[in-house]
Amino acid sequence: MKKFLAMVLALAMVLAIGSAAFADDAFKLGGTGPLTGGAAIYGNAAKNGAEIAAEEINALGGIQIELKYEDDTHDAEKAINAYNTLKDWGMQISLGSVTSKPCEATSAETFEDRIFALTPSASSVAVVEGKDNMFQMCFTDPNQGSLSAQYIVDKGLASKVAVIWKNDDVYSKGIYETFMAKAAELGLEVVSDTTFNDGNATDFSVQIADAQSNSAELVFLPMYYDAASLILTQAAKIGYAPKYFGVDGMDGILSLEGFDTALAEGVILLTPFNADSADEKTASFVAKYQEKFGEIPNQFAADGYDCVYAYYQALTNANATPDMDAAALCDLMIQQFTSMTFNGLTGNNVTWDTAGAVSKSPKGMVIQNGAYVGLD
Amino acid sequence: MAFLSFLISGISLGSIYAIIALGYTMVYGIAKMLNFAHGDVIMVGAYICFYATSRFQLPPLVGILLAVVVCTILGIVIERLAYKPLRAAPVLAVLITAIGMSYFLQNAALLLWSSNPKVFPPVVPTGKISLFGGQLTISYVTVVAILCCIVIMLALTWFTSKTKMGKAMRACSEDKGASQLMGINVNGTISLTFAIGSGLAAIAGVLLCSAYPTLVPTTGAMPGIKAFTAAVFGGIGSIPGAFVGGILLGIIEIFAKAYISTQLSDPIVFAVLIIVLLVRPAGLLGKQIREKV
Amino acid sequence: MKSIRLNKTTRKNYLTYGLVIVAYVILQLMSSSGATTSTLQGMLVPICAYVVMAISLNLTVGILGELSLGHAGFMSVGAFTGVTAAIAAGNAIPSAAIRLIVGMVVGALFAAVIGFLIGIPVLRLRGDYLAIVTLAFGEIIKGIFNNLFVGIDSRGLHISLLSDKTNLAEGGKLIIGGPMGIGSIPKISTFTGGAILIMITLIIVFHLVNSRAGRAIMAVRDNRIAAESIGINITKYKLMAFTVSAALAGAAGSLFAMNYTTIVANKFDFNTSILILVFVVLGGLGNMLGSIIAAAALTILPEALRQFSDYRMLVYAIVLILVMLATNNDTFKAFLAKFKPGKKKKEEVS
Repeated sequence: MKKFLAMVLALAMVLAIGSAAFADDAFKLGGTGPLTGGAAIYGNAAKNGAEIAAEEINALGGIQIELKYEDDTHDAEKAINAYNTLKDWGMQISLGSVTSKPCEATSAETFEDRIFALTPSASSVAVVEGKDNMFQMCFTDPNQGSLSAQYIVDKGLASKVAVIWKNDDVYSKGIYETFMAKAAELGLEVVSDTTFNDGNATDFSVQIADAQSNSAELVFLPMYYDAASLILTQAAKIGYAPKYFGVDGMDGILSLEGFDTALAEGVILLTPFNADSADEKTASFVAKYQEKFGEIPNQFAADGYDCVYAYYQALTNANATPDMDAAALCDLMIQQFTSMTFNGLTGNNVTWDTAGAVSKSPKGMVIQNGAYVGLD
Repeated sequence: MAFLSFLISGISLGSIYAIIALGYTMVYGIAKMLNFAHGDVIMVGAYICFYATSRFQLPPLVGILLAVVVCTILGIVIERLAYKPLRAAPVLAVLITAIGMSYFLQNAALLLWSSNPKVFPPVVPTGKISLFGGQLTISYVTVVAILCCIVIMLALTWFTSKTKMGKAMRACSEDKGASQLMGINVNGTISLTFAIGSGLAAIAGVLLCSAYPTLVPTTGAMPGIKAFTAAVFGGIGSIPGAFVGGILLGIIEIFAKAYISTQLSDPIVFAVLIIVLLVRPAGLLGKQIREKV
Repeated sequence: MKSIRLNKTTRKNYLTYGLVIVAYVILQLMSSSGATTSTLQGMLVPICAYVVMAISLNLTVGILGELSLGHAGFMSVGAFTGVTAAIAAGNAIPSAAIRLIVGMVVGALFAAVIGFLIGIPVLRLRGDYLAIVTLAFGEIIKGIFNNLFVGIDSRGLHISLLSDKTNLAEGGKLIIGGPMGIGSIPKISTFTGGAILIMITLIIVFHLVNSRAGRAIMAVRDNRIAAESIGINITKYKLMAFTVSAALAGAAGSLFAMNYTTIVANKFDFNTSILILVFVVLGGLGNMLGSIIAAAALTILPEALRQFSDYRMLVYAIVLILVMLATNNDTFKAFLAKFKPGKKKKEEVS
């Protein structure tokens, strides 16, 4: 028992004295994201992207940024702990959290503590709702859902669609709901509506069979690419070849190691980022990312990268200095973000409204010969 | 026809559960411990095979063999380091150690192989058998999984009932003290069980990822729990029970999704499990042990 | 003989109460003087909730002797019903403290009812079969909350399953949104509330354990057949322990949920159940003080390990394994004992 008591005390000591904030010449930028556990793909990507941006900016010699990411294992409780750790570290501006639910929890804290936050990828509405200092780099879920339905109708892609969505995921559910609402409004017929969840995200035979037997011409997949790749593979196995329509979570499917890109031929997705783009900025980012992490960056990485650059622009415009406290920076950032225009990897002429939502709109891309091609 | 095709999907999913469950049930039967790290050994096996075949371009069979060898060694090492020192400790202490081991493997995999998903290359030739003019298709993976499952089940049954080592295993599972008195090397037998269980895990990993090819460090966790459920369903400790339990669980899961609700399929699967256990408290094929007063 | 034995347990119980109060006072003083870090400050309420979870699970596992792998399910029931009650009572009760109490009481009641209903069939099973059925119930509860929609408007509460069919009137509010869980929860949990809940939990558990019923429960644990043969109603006492345990978990869930702005059903999955079981086993079966300390230590541990950055959870796993080896392996223990001449003898009850 004494051993335990000693352990608790030791741990409490570590926490109590672990950190003392003192101002130096760099802005302390912190974020939380799932770096371990099932959602680690997203957190690590955003973190890596942000790291590259911070390195580039620091190399310029002007504004210096000290970036720190803490692990939240895609859990609200851990996200609060991670956020508090960052606060103890002396975080002045925040990158929020990478995933939606944890970000909902941390955004309530950043709002209370008056720390400005810009999340790379937490896309649910509740993240920004009612908080003047919480901004998003990605577009919101409802935005994607209704745009997807609009796209399908406008381009006459299909008259009968199937939806497969993830039942225990905020992101998927958020898109699904607005997609259904918009589909009903536009008279798009949803013939098959099936779900899966964490516990049974391996076998999709039933969902695919349901879509097939209801003769859906297009399958809408509001989910991330890891699950989507399984659906594509399994549908191909039984010889069902509808059109597929994905959202921004689908981005990354082409760079999946070992994935047969022929399966994704013809998949349409809404994405703000294209790793294959000939655009100079994107190409240099992708090259750097590959060199450093040995992988092709996905949309999360690009969002993380853009966040740091958006901060760079805002901090420069506002003539902010690292000795300002978080609350002062918060006011400056709110001013900047609601007035500035930003050009990044994930969009040009990006602006933010006062609610914190971003103006950029997803671009339709279609996969041809293993690469994205603009749909318009 | 839809019914038959769902049945086949169910059996194909079930055969994967069954192979994992066989490993679970082996270890449980002898060591009387729930080896929660089993699912993660599966994941390790799949990664080894992935790297062997797709990075080093080795033939699939070599990849599988390599995975089996690595997992067997891993199983023995885990047993030696983490479980053996606790042979005399309460069962729960070992359970927690196994959970610690599971965390360890998952996080080690995350650091070693990164969190980015890998798509498993087909180890089993892709293709399918068409029946009824193409209305019903069975992929080769399914056929291979079911065959593997039956072969492993028969081999294990033969091993435990006919060979000396197998008999020693059964003796250990009945009464460790008495077996020791009869000259059986209990520690060695338990280590052997872990070795076999882990070797099976490698095969299960390869088959799991051949059928459902996305591979991440948490790949083994959920199928592990499902397979554990399947093992209990069939009567934990019983080798044919694990087979039957796995197949049935797969079928129930697919049918629940197909005919009731995709949203509620997990609760339905677990509800069926509860009902079965209430009617047969020792699982479908488990032995009802009469208590001596 | 008898008085000495009683004295020892009573002493231990008072020691437990005392330590909790002392810890509370110290932490409260520290936080009011601003000496605690945000990290520690933010973890006070979840630690309280996990402590209560650990004590209540210890009642099932340590005192009743049945392995439960679905304890987080009761926490989930408590969290969702408690928060719903607190939100629904939002306008009627202005005081946050009273709303917190209402939330915890409602959470405890619902969890108790669910615990009782689950207990009736489940407690017939034994050992690992019981464990797997509790796991199954935990997963079922998770699955149901992932598909449950509860809204409130002027006409009262509306509940629907699978999809949102609540059709709320103007000004209505969706409280539980299926997979979205509950959003914008009023953060009314306080450290004081948590500490009081721990004290109440301890009082309930100690009184139960030291009562006639508690002795009957332990008799069932130690030898079911012998207990049955002397006329102890096994089902009744098992159910009693199980229901109390579920109720306390419900209150803890409610406390936990109201510390965050958002909560989802997936939080209370198998992994959380296992985490709480780890607290109990590490603290010692039947040892409430051990549970309290283990819960606090293991909640802080992953945070204290943040300096290892990428290797954090790996180190956590290694620490967990080493601690289990250190506390359960005789050679290891003998090795440690060399450095501690005055080491006390084993305190575990079982």
